[in-house]
Amino acid sequence: MIKVEDVHKSFGDEEILKGITTKFDKGKTNLIIGQSGSGKTVLLKCLIGLFKPEQGRIYYEENAIQDMDDEQQRKLREEIGMLFQGGALFDSMNIEENVMFPLRMFTKQKKSDMVARVNEVLKRVNLENVNKKFPAEISGGMQKRVSIARAIVNKPKFLFCDEPNSGLDPKTATLIDTLIQEITHEYDITTVVVTHDMNSVMEIGEKVVLLKHGKLVWQGTNQEIFKTDNEDVTSFVYSSDLFKKIREVQLKEG
Amino acid sequence: MKYLQDIGSYFLMLKKVFGSFTKRSVLKHLIFKEIDDLIIGSLGIVAFISFFVGGVVAIQTALNMDNPIIPESLIGFATRQSVILEFAPTFISIIMAGKVGSFITSSIGSMRVTEQIDALEVMGINSLNYLVFPKIVALMFYPFVIILSMFLGILGGWVAAVYGGFSSSAAFIEGVQQDFIPYQLFYAFFKTCVFAFILATVPSWQGFYMKGGALEVGKASTNSFVWTSVLIIASNYIITQLLLS
Repeated sequence: MIKVEDVHKSFGDEEILKGITTKFDKGKTNLIIGQSGSGKTVLLKCLIGLFKPEQGRIYYEENAIQDMDDEQQRKLREEIGMLFQGGALFDSMNIEENVMFPLRMFTKQKKSDMVARVNEVLKRVNLENVNKKFPAEISGGMQKRVSIARAIVNKPKFLFCDEPNSGLDPKTATLIDTLIQEITHEYDITTVVVTHDMNSVMEIGEKVVLLKHGKLVWQGTNQEIFKTDNEDVTSFVYSSDLFKKIREVQLKEG
Repeated sequence: MKYLQDIGSYFLMLKKVFGSFTKRSVLKHLIFKEIDDLIIGSLGIVAFISFFVGGVVAIQTALNMDNPIIPESLIGFATRQSVILEFAPTFISIIMAGKVGSFITSSIGSMRVTEQIDALEVMGINSLNYLVFPKIVALMFYPFVIILSMFLGILGGWVAAVYGGFSSSAAFIEGVQQDFIPYQLFYAFFKTCVFAFILATVPSWQGFYMKGGALEVGKASTNSFVWTSVLIIASNYIITQLLLS
């Protein structure tokens, strides 16, 4: 579980996060949604420690990240898996080396054990026979799956995903979403996904947090998001033609 | 003001490079890879340039000797002095600022743009130690490149002088051995080590702290070459003033 209390973050004179308070539950896919520039990625980067908030506290389980010394933060980061928007695979390494990277850095396993674990997670993300290929030689969707494999190879307690299906076709995007949700349940981890994709919200949003201009304006489940009268939610959800039409049908049918 | 900030950030980077070390087995692998990329990969161009510039120095010296009192051995002497004191350590380092420096900046800059450095940080890895320290260690082998350059520069001078008909082999070799001061070798290698450190760290700083996209990677590579060259030339002047004057 991750708890966020009154987090503020500014860049220069511009305040990006204006007092965010929420909780991300263990064993659930928690989604942070909002329009571009709403502060989603900044909040994510505060959660993983790449940005330091000026005010507020972020708790991992019961421990505030602000109270941890460098060594404790380093230990915590070993328990974090991260899926970046572009995959962030290391160009100079092949797929096997990329996925094996956290094991090489943080464990003392034998190479054969590490290779076995790499094959296991690659199989889990439906990728086989790609071990010796380089990131540039595989598709964007495959890169995302390799990135998920790298994120989970060291059995993390927390998984963060920054726009996991951006730039992917709808079918592959659904596949990635489903994979993230399955892994969350299977490993019983706390997953936080930043997205602005309403399909993701519908498919995997077990908890949804909506940000607008750096403020948290609504939170609930993906079932509740279609029932609420909150104006910020409706203007975000029904901004696409598809969802507008669904809304019209819903209203007609009462 | 920005220059002061940049200088401060460069020294802070150096502090972080030597803090929180990466796992030894991983570091060893990275160092070998950097030696291959930065040192072995540069030998060809260094050898080519050194041989021919050594030849040109010998020919230029010979063509400017129109007084019959000046002995032929001066060609070998001038070639040795030019190659050992300036050409090999300084001129080759400027070339390396273009080859190795822009490679370092663009590779680290690309990692910044594609969030690979963020990925390292999220995993709790000291990305500066992981990326920059192996380059510093690899460039500690840079003096061997300069030894090769010195040897091939003088060899090129000998080939040009002897086969160009400017000097006899014996006279050239006599000139190479004439008035040899070992301290000058110390001076040459001392400044080579300083240049090696500049070559490893300034381009790394340019790449690591760049902001933006692919276009900015290109700009950072250009800046890297400019600033590495400026620092090499400036430190060359200071070291020469301190050690030789």
